[in-house]
Parts: sequence; structure tokens; C-alpha cells
Amino acid sequence: MADQTTPSGSSGEEEFRNPDLPGSYPGETVTRRRLFEGAVQAVGGVAVAGIALPVVGFAAAPVFSQRDEKWEAVGAPDLFDKTSYRQVVITLVDDIGEAGKTTVYVREAAPDTFPMEKDTKYIAITTRCAHLGCPVRYIEAAGNFICPCHGGVYDFQGKVIGGPPVRPLDRFQTRLRNGQVEIGPRYSVTAQLEPVRTRDPGEFTGGPGGIWNLLYPPRPSVPPAP
Amino acid sequence: MPNLIPRPLRRPGKPGTHGTSSYRPTGNGGGSGHDPAHVANGRNGEDEGQLTQLVEQGKEAGIDVVGWVDERTGTTTLLTGMLYRKVPKGTNWFYTLGSACMIAFAIQAITGVFLAMYYRPSAIEAWESIQFVTTEVFAGQFVRGMHKHGASVMVVLVFLHMARTFFFGAYKYPRELNWIIGVVLLVLTMVMSFTGYLLPFDQRSFWATVVGVNINGTGPIVGPYLSDFLRAGPEFGATTLSRFYAIHMLLVPGLLVALIGAHLHLVMKLGTTAPPWLKAERPKRLRRREVEGSREDGS
Repeated sequence: MADQTTPSGSSGEEEFRNPDLPGSYPGETVTRRRLFEGAVQAVGGVAVAGIALPVVGFAAAPVFSQRDEKWEAVGAPDLFDKTSYRQVVITLVDDIGEAGKTTVYVREAAPDTFPMEKDTKYIAITTRCAHLGCPVRYIEAAGNFICPCHGGVYDFQGKVIGGPPVRPLDRFQTRLRNGQVEIGPRYSVTAQLEPVRTRDPGEFTGGPGGIWNLLYPPRPSVPPAP
Repeated sequence: MPNLIPRPLRRPGKPGTHGTSSYRPTGNGGGSGHDPAHVANGRNGEDEGQLTQLVEQGKEAGIDVVGWVDERTGTTTLLTGMLYRKVPKGTNWFYTLGSACMIAFAIQAITGVFLAMYYRPSAIEAWESIQFVTTEVFAGQFVRGMHKHGASVMVVLVFLHMARTFFFGAYKYPRELNWIIGVVLLVLTMVMSFTGYLLPFDQRSFWATVVGVNINGTGPIVGPYLSDFLRAGPEFGATTLSRFYAIHMLLVPGLLVALIGAHLHLVMKLGTTAPPWLKAERPKRLRRREVEGSREDGS
């Protein structure tokens, strides 16, 4: 197998010569041409990344950015009692007018009736239905929350007693500050009313072994549950 | 004046044109330059009457303008290739659905541009701007109505076109890629409908979007992040409307135009199919040949 193109007559190193690179030295894998091609493509890739990554970051940033916790005063403690909910309005997002506001149903905690409520003073329940987000309404006569969209029904504590909702109504953190009841960030609850980080409507919580917390992971953009 | 026209574009064999000033690069030829002393268009040497002469000169000028453009762009070749191409026997009205979709999209784009001149994509001003368009702007209600109902028309036409393609088997080899592009176009049309629905920002728009984004969030693992991405945050916020507006006005129309272009290119390149109820004739050499005297009755 005489090879006329070998620069040095090294017939013993034929097996190291790369058949795809004619005229290559034994053991050579990268030619000058390949090196330059690769380098130029790498530089081009850096240029594209320099444009594309900030653009993608721009669009995807809200998914990861954390907002400050907002606490809003809604009234003196004597406005709220244990047997019925009182509707108050809070601002979730500033500067967009009515679209940024939401109603919250607030009552005093009743540890005699519901032993798990002994650690909090006030219970604030959201009007955002856990099925798909329509506003629910508290019906005084029945002591229930009813959603007009698809017929979801929740009991006095916010647990689901009928219809398509997948978990109890979300709650808001509450505190007493300067003689005013204040409403804080939202959190979701499991079917047993244990707090978890807030989820969107339609997402299950809890489950055996916390399976639903894996399938619907907590997002970095919302504050942790109390 | 005639010497401004380069030699190849002058009509050969019409001796009248060389001597006359009948060519005008813009407008109808001969409007102001008509001189009864000049010889008319060379078909007969007599004066045919002023009106006929004007018409002839107008046509002449038009043809010359088209010739000028065509020589520099090749448009005539393209257009005759598109409009005079061969289509299979049996092509019927169903085949117009694709063009109908494209016209519907064009109407949406044009009415959308005019609406965009008045729309303000701010959560506080959006509804007001649409009220202004509907009540105060000349033909505003008409343009807005065209856009709103045109969206429904486009979705219906797209589905009918998809059904026609499916039932006629026009997705088979070599048109599979065209079908795939068509499906992507369908999805983009749905995205346009969804994002456009929020823009008037009335109660129905707002709550429909809230519910729609929440439905999106029920997908496991990725769903919540996708919802956050659409809404620009964990709840409907200050930039949600801007985001939907940017997607509706810039991102998806750009993709739609690009993919419609690819879709049309493939249709031109591959041709259309015959309807399924027409069977193709077997090529002559594959047909069974009848040998004389071989039939049962001896013929």
C-alpha cells in the first residue's frame, strides 16, 4: 500500500492516518480549515447569544422575579366577627386601576368551632375560585361560597363541597398592626387546609406523598406559605 | 420625447409610434400631447377619431409601463406561472377555501393596522380607546366589526380548509410538510384569537383571559411556569396586556406571514391534487391489451 502523498515515508504509521483528511499527517484530526471553521462558528454563536439571551431573558424574567410582600390595612378589628364574612377590597397590583384589585372575605378565627384555627386571629379567604379563577360569592343564608361559572360550592371554611374545584379556596395572610387588620400575600391550602405556596386555579395541592407538589411545583415568583 | 425610451422597449413594427409623442411615462398617454397632425397608431394611416386615439394611447402607455417593470423584475413570468398553471381535472369550489383563508388573514391584518392607530395598550386606557374607535372615528364601528367578525370567519375557514385537505387526501406524499405547516398555522390562528380577545379589555375579555391562562396552568410541571410567562407574573399584572398586545401584533403575525409564504410556495411547487372521486387513468403500457379474437364471443 504505497502512498505517494505521505510527506515522510512512514509506512508503519498508516493506521493512524485519518482517511477523511487526504494529505494529513499521521495522527492529525484537526486541519487548519476545520479549526478556522469551528472558531468562526463559535464567534458567530457568541454574537447570536449576545442578542438572543437578553431577549429571551426579557420575556422570561417575570417568571422568576420576586415581588415584595404587600400588606394592606382593611379595617379595625371590631368590623369582623366569627360567624360571618365581611367583604373588603384590596389592591394586588398597583397602577392598573380596577383590574389590579380583588375582593377578600375576612372574619375572625373561631378556634372553638374549628380547632385548627387557634394560631391565627383572622381568616381571609379569596374570591378566586380554585377551579378556573371566576369570582365566588359568599351566601349568608347558606354559609357557603358559590361560584357562578361552573357551579363550584365551598363550605364556611372554604373546603369544596360540590362542583369542579380541585382544592379549597386560597387564603391571605393576616396580621394586626397599628390597630388595623392587615391583609398580606396569598397562599394556597391542601384539602386538609394546610398552607402551601400559592398555586394557580385548577392545580391540585397535597396528595399522597405530596405528589401534587411535584407535578405542580412551587414557583419562585410567589412568596412562601406561612 | 420618444428618444427617452430605450430601444428594446419600443414596439417594433408600429411605425407610427416612433414619430409620435404618444408615450408618457406617467398617466394616460396623449392627454395633452395629442396633435391631429401626427400619424395615429400605424394600423391605418387615417385619423380614427379623437376618443379612440386617446384610448389607444392610454393602452399603449399602460403596456409600456408594465413592460418597464416586468423587464426589471420578471413579474409577468411569475404571475402567468401562478395564474395560468395547470390544475387537475375535477378542481372545484372546495379548492378556493385556502385562498379564502389567506384573504381573511389579509382583511384581519389591514383592519388590525387601522385599529392599532387608535388603540392604547394600557390597562387603564384600552377600553376607552376602543369606545372612541366605535363611537367617534369615521367608520370605526365598521372597521372594528370587520376585525371582530373577521376573526370568527377566519377560524371557520381554516377549519373548513383543513377538513377539505384531509378528506381529499391532499396531505399525502409529497405534501406532508405542507400539512405540518398548515397545522402550525392553525395553532398560530388560535393564538391570535386568544391574545386578541383580551385587547378590548372589558369584563368578558378580562375574565375569559384569566380563565384561559388558568386552564393553561393546569398542565403538569410546565403549566404553572407557562402561565406565569403568559401573564408576566403570578397574577394578572401591569404588563400582561402589553405582553398580549406584542404577541398579537408583532410576534404571531410575523410568524403567520412567514409560514403562509412557505405554505403557498409548497402549493405552487407541488401542485394541487385531483379530488378523490376521480380515478387516474392507467398508463397505456400497463393496461391489459385486448388481443383480437380473444373475447368469449370470438370478437
